[in-house]
Amino acid sequence: MNEWVFLAVGVMLTSASVLALFRIIQGPSILDRMIASDMLLTTMICALGAEMVYNSHTKTLPAMLVLATTAFLGSVVVARYVSRNSHS
Amino acid sequence: MIFDTIADILTGVFLILGAFLSLAAGVGLIRFPDAIARLHATTKPQILGLAFVLLAIALQERRISTILVLLLLLVFQMLTAPVSAHMIARAGYRGGIIAPESLFVDELGQAIDDAPQEQSEPTKSTHPSQPAD
Repeated sequence: MNEWVFLAVGVMLTSASVLALFRIIQGPSILDRMIASDMLLTTMICALGAEMVYNSHTKTLPAMLVLATTAFLGSVVVARYVSRNSHS
Repeated sequence: MIFDTIADILTGVFLILGAFLSLAAGVGLIRFPDAIARLHATTKPQILGLAFVLLAIALQERRISTILVLLLLLVFQMLTAPVSAHMIARAGYRGGIIAPESLFVDELGQAIDDAPQEQSEPTKSTHPSQPAD
């Protein structure tokens, strides 16, 4: 397949990750950081999928599943923490 | 032969679409002013961008075992991503991080205002001597 397609995909995913990192560093509240880290994990899942297409293997499919689980658990735990702190 | 060429082209298109959705979410994450708006921007690639990438993988690895795992991943993400976004938005509302002036419709605020009256009225009627906490 054309190499330029994968170059464009890599550039777009890398810049999305860098923008998410900026928001994690700069974010005014903990929820902004949580949203940005969720988006960073989604970008990592997409990057793993693109790498599987590029090298034509399926070895990192379990890693994609584990990353999806970790994103869900992390955001739910932080949301519970924030709402409990606001009540007490 | 011709099917492989079409599958390669479709794979490239789907990969570029998924990566573009991630890039658009990153730009929205930087440029949007509010936590709710940033949440709106970042929940787009969580399902649609991932679905594009999974379609690209399925077009390259056309086996039933791989496609079943991809389907499991997509269904799992479709179940969990709205729940986590809902929890984050609700925690932001309860924690006062989201400004009330930025909301056009505030149904959760009405629900919260209605809830203590429904709970405190039976306790007042059954125990009139005890002060309501």
